[in-house]
This record gives sequence, C-alpha cells and structure tokens, in this order.
Amino acid sequence: MQLETATVMEHELAGGDYRLLTLASQRIADTVLPGQFVSLGLVAPADAILRRPFSVCDAGAGRLTILYKPVGRGTRAMLALRAGDTLSLLGPLGHGFPLPPSDAAQAPLLPVLVAGGYGVAPLYLLARRYPRRGLLFVGGATGRDILMTSAFAALGWEVHVATEDGSLGEHGRVTTPLDTWLAAREVDARHDFFACGPTGLLHAVAQRAAAGNQRAWVSLDRHMGCGVGACLACVQRLNNDDGEKVWGRVCKDGPVFDAARIVWE
Amino acid sequence: MTQPAATPPDLAVTIAGLRLRNPVMVASGTFGYGVEYADVMPLAELGAIVVKGISLAPCAGNATPRLVEVPGGLVNAIGLQNPGVDGFIAQYMPFLRRQAVPVVVNIWGRRIEEYAEVAARLDGVPGVHALEINISCPNIKDGGHVFGTRLDTAAEVVAAVRAHTRLPIMPKLAPNVSDIAAFARAVEAAGADALALINSFPAMVIDVETRRPVLANVTGGLSGPAIHPIAVKLVYEAARAVKIPVIGIGGISGPREALEFLIAGASAVQIGSANFGDPAVAGKVVEGIADYMRRHAMSSMRDLIGSLNLL
Ligand SMILES: Cc1cc2nc3c(=O)[nH]c(=O)nc-3n(C[C@H](O)[C@H](O)[C@H](O)COP(=O)(O)OP(=O)(O)OC[C@H]3O[C@@H](n4cnc5c(N)ncnc54)[C@H](O)[C@@H]3O)c2cc1C
Ligand SMILES: Cc1cc2nc3c(=O)[nH]c(=O)nc-3n(C[C@H](O)[C@H](O)[C@H](O)COP(=O)(O)O)c2cc1C
Ligand code: FES
Repeated sequence: MQLETATVMEHELAGGDYRLLTLASQRIADTVLPGQFVSLGLVAPADAILRRPFSVCDAGAGRLTILYKPVGRGTRAMLALRAGDTLSLLGPLGHGFPLPPSDAAQAPLLPVLVAGGYGVAPLYLLARRYPRRGLLFVGGATGRDILMTSAFAALGWEVHVATEDGSLGEHGRVTTPLDTWLAAREVDARHDFFACGPTGLLHAVAQRAAAGNQRAWVSLDRHMGCGVGACLACVQRLNNDDGEKVWGRVCKDGPVFDAARIVWE
Repeated sequence: MTQPAATPPDLAVTIAGLRLRNPVMVASGTFGYGVEYADVMPLAELGAIVVKGISLAPCAGNATPRLVEVPGGLVNAIGLQNPGVDGFIAQYMPFLRRQAVPVVVNIWGRRIEEYAEVAARLDGVPGVHALEINISCPNIKDGGHVFGTRLDTAAEVVAAVRAHTRLPIMPKLAPNVSDIAAFARAVEAAGADALALINSFPAMVIDVETRRPVLANVTGGLSGPAIHPIAVKLVYEAARAVKIPVIGIGGISGPREALEFLIAGASAVQIGSANFGDPAVAGKVVEGIADYMRRHAMSSMRDLIGSLNLL
C-alpha cells in the first residue's frame, strides 16, 4: 500500500454519464492487481472528509485508469478535474480476483465475467491479465449504462449485453442472456464466474454457481471509512471454514470474495 | 552573515509517566491496531498509538450500515467490534511490541468487573504502555445508563481499573455532560494519571426518502471537524479543573486544531476521523506544531501548553 500524489493525465467521457480518469502514478499503477481498488483524496468539496473508493479499470507503465459515474458530492466534484491537476491516491487496496498461476499444470477454466454498470471496471483489468479469453455478460438499466464492450471485444472476449429497457442488447437483466448461455452448456462443462455489480446481480451469479457447482468470485461494494481495514465500517457476514458466521472487512479481506462464503441477506 | 541555526524545538511530553517523542497520538477506533496504516504512516513518528477498544470477551459489534459521512464529520456506530483482550494480545501485540511507539490500549466493558478484568489481563503484557478507559459505554447492570455520564459510576470504573493495574490509566470522558470539570475532578480523585477528551458526540441521521435511520444502530457518535470547537471548550474547562495532564481529542484535521487544544491546556492530542481522509495527517500535524514553535520562538512544549492569552 502506498500513498502518493497522482497527476491527472486524461479525463474523458466513456459513454452515458460515465468518465474515464487516467492518472500518472508511478508506484501504485505498476503493482495493482485485478479487482484491487484505490481511494482518492479529494480536496473539494470540503465536507467530503472521507476518501472515495474506485476499482482500477486499467493500469500499467505508470498509468492508472478508473471508470466512474458522478452520483454524489464527491464524484460530481471530480468532473472538474483537468489534465495536470493532482490528487492524493492510496492503493493498491484490498484483495482482488485470483489469477490462475502461470505455471499451472492444467489450463485455467473458461472465465465467465458478469458485470452491472461500473462493474465492468475491475473485470476489464482482469480480462487484460487473464491467461485465456472468455465471455462477458454485461447488464444495465439502459444502453447508456453499458460501457467498454468494444474494449473487451478488442481483447477477443465474447460480449453479451442486456438492458432493462431493451435499448441495447437483449431486453431484461443480465441473467437473461447468462441463463440462455448456461442452458446451452453441457451439464458437466466447467467454468469460473467473476462478477462485479449491484448486490442482486452478485447474488444471482452466486446462486447459479452453487446450482452448477462452479466457483464464483464476486466483488462487493460497501460504504467505507478508512478503506484499509482499520475502522470496521465496511464489514460483511461470511461463513468461515468452521461453519461459523464471522465479519469480513470488504476493504481489506475483500472486496473480492468467494461467493460461497458470503451470507446473503 | 548567516544566522546560527536555532536548536530545533523539543516536542517531547511526559504524560502519566510516559515519555512521548511528540504530543500527537492517533485515536482509538480510527487507526485499527497500527498494522493497517504502518505502510503509509511510519508508527515511530507518532507520539503514541491508541488501539481500537478492547473488551473482555470478543465482541461482534453492530449490524451495518455502521458509518455515514455528514457535513463536517462522520457519524459512526461500529459497536466496539474487537477480538477480546486475549485475542488482541495474541493477534496484535507481537506486531505492536516490535514498533518504536508507545502503545495505549483503549478498554471498555458493560460491567465494572469487566473493566477491572481487562485491565488485570493487560497488566504486565510486554509492549503495553498505558490504558485508556472508554467510559462512554452503557452499564448493563443499571438500566443501560452510560458509565461516563454519571459522576458516581465514572469514578467507580476508574477506581476499579486503578485497583487492577500498575499501568498508567487515562479515562476518556464523554462530552455530553453538563459540567465537565466535575467529571474531570471525579476521575482524578479516583486515581486517573491523565484524562482524554472528547469521545464522539451522540448523534443520529435519518434518510428522509425512506424515513429510516441511516445507521443500523439508529444512533451513533459524531466525530470530525464539526465537534472541534465543542471539544476545545471542554478541554479548556477540564484542564483548568485538574492537575493531571489532559489529552485533547475532537476534529483535528491539521496543525491548527491541534495547537488550539495545546494552547487551551492539553498536554497532548489525538487525531481520529482525519486519518481516514489523509493517513499521513499525524506526521503533518507534528511538523506543523514544530513550525509553529519555531515561528513563536518556543523551545519546549512547556512554552506552548496552556499558553492561552486571555487578555
Ligand atoms: C471497492 C469499491 C469499488 C468501487 N468502484 C467504483 C468504480 O469503479 N466506479 C464508480 O463509479 N464507483 C465505484 N465505487 C463506488 C464509489 O465509491 C461511489 O460512487 C462514490 O464513493 C460516491 O461518492 P460521492 O461523494 O459522489 O457520493 P455521496 O453519496 O455524496 O457519498 C457519500 C458517502 O457515501 C459513500 N458512497 C456513496 N455511494 C457509494 C457506493 N456505491 N459505494 C461505496 N460508497 C459509496 C461515499 O464514498 C461517501 O463516503 C466503488 C466502491 C467500492 C466500495
Ligand atoms: C469509526 C470510529 C470508531 C471509533 N471507535 C472508538 C473506540 O473503539 N473507542 C473509543 O474510545 N473511541 C472510539 N472512537 C472515537 C474516537 O477515538 C475519537 O474520540 C472521536 O472520533 C473524536 O475525534 P475525531 O473528531 O478526531 O474523530 C471512534 C471513532 C470513529 C470515527
Ligand atoms: S472501510 Fe475501514 S475497515 Fe473497511
């Protein structure tokens, strides 16, 4: 974990209301792993006294990109950031998605990514680093919430889209195309799920993984205080190995968890 | 001709027999057990670290949501989640005792005997330098009133802890009392070596759309810049009422707020919520105090502490 002053390099529209913010960050950009996040210290507004957590969407060669949607006082203030501005960056934070070891005896299972909204952000870095190509299922309220699909396609990943208003891709939730695909799979075909998005989506993926006896890794979104494991604001109920219910810190033990361990409420 | 370099100001203070290299500590519950922030805030640069509140048995804390940001602060109801005193000693003391920083253990209980037992178990544990007593906890034996809001129970807790440890003890006062000086005197008489104030201020936030309380616990404690002027007034009154050193807490986000406490009579300060916004803030506050002392030609903390100018 490092604390550094990062400089804005690029700040551009990413479709819909979303923005891609690229920062020059020597130390964090080159150590961050897929699914880890960073927290931004905003100078303004003055009453945003907490840092804001964001998944890392892309990183490498001293550059780090986040994909964000302006939703409240902090993210709206971020809209004013311009190339050359500086901000405080803390990271890499938390534990991300497991990557198969490069020297594994067996080829990794087919990766199946499921995203809602800005959930594509950590999954993009995962797709870039994953040793084999797979599929992305992405859903949103409208076509304006479907992001980065061409970037995934450019990596050679197969992309399936669903929107709740039917304005792009299939009409319905992301589980609509996912279930169609799952139904066409051979019963004993193996794959791994990786998901990031609203809790309902994560739970739906967890249920499908459990039903098919597949593994699912899900990235949780929680309001945070410290972001480093110190304040215990962000906790999530988990089943431990002894079948007891314990708290996990989403910021430190997560944000990515094995879906089978999560106590869904 | 160049001026001879002035000797750098000496920031060391002695609190309850404990020598601190500077007066800036980090507050309980906002810095975990030190290990979480050690990468970005070198612990040896802190005056001391106060760890998260420890109870006799492990405590699961409250349901979520536990924390909400409000204008000028935070309202939290973590519910004192902790691994219990034995878990704390086993999990965290091996790391902490290797650090070149005094460790203050914040303790709490729901009965007076629990406070006494936690204190007894920490007595003699290598690397534990002092106990801070959180008296802002409900007394389950007596209808749940908060120990720290009644003079008799506040003093009883301190006396019970005093009887069970040789470590320096510093009760941490609740801010929501009508006469803080009386509480300061009561805990001094009960055997406190120093006192710390303030804890967070009881508070509540409602989501008007759903008309539900935002925190699962319904109410919580307000901390951060919003409570700072309240804390300065309480520290000022407490420091005038007692001979033991006072530690000022509440809303420090930079050197200026820390200086206010010191000028008002505090011998040291603690930084809480501001660690979340800037994990390195404590180091900046130390630097800022040193700069201030240089500018005002102060050579030691004695020149600064209680230097309030009332004329
Ligand atoms: C691990 C993690 C990864 C994230 N990745 C992304 C991302 O890649 N892109 C993106 O656009 N957003 C992401 N978020 C959500 C992002 O942190 C919030 O949108 C942002 O904090 C909102 O801040 P605000 O000041 O605009 O909103 P306000 O509502 O004004 O914020 C008030 C408080 O609530 C918190 N908060 C509000 N909404 C959320 C939320 N959804 N999750 C967590 N905290 C919230 C804020 O941090 C702040 O403390 C992520 C959150 C987490 C926990
Ligand atoms: C998330 C959080 C957890 C806290 N936990 C404790 C605790 O366990 N014991 C305690 O005595 N005070 C606890 N406090 C209170 C702080 O130590 C401090 O007294 C208070 O936050 C005021 O300081 P500040 O305004 O600098 O934050 C906690 C505060 C916060 C914000
Ligand atoms: S946000 Fe503080 S422990 Fe997770």
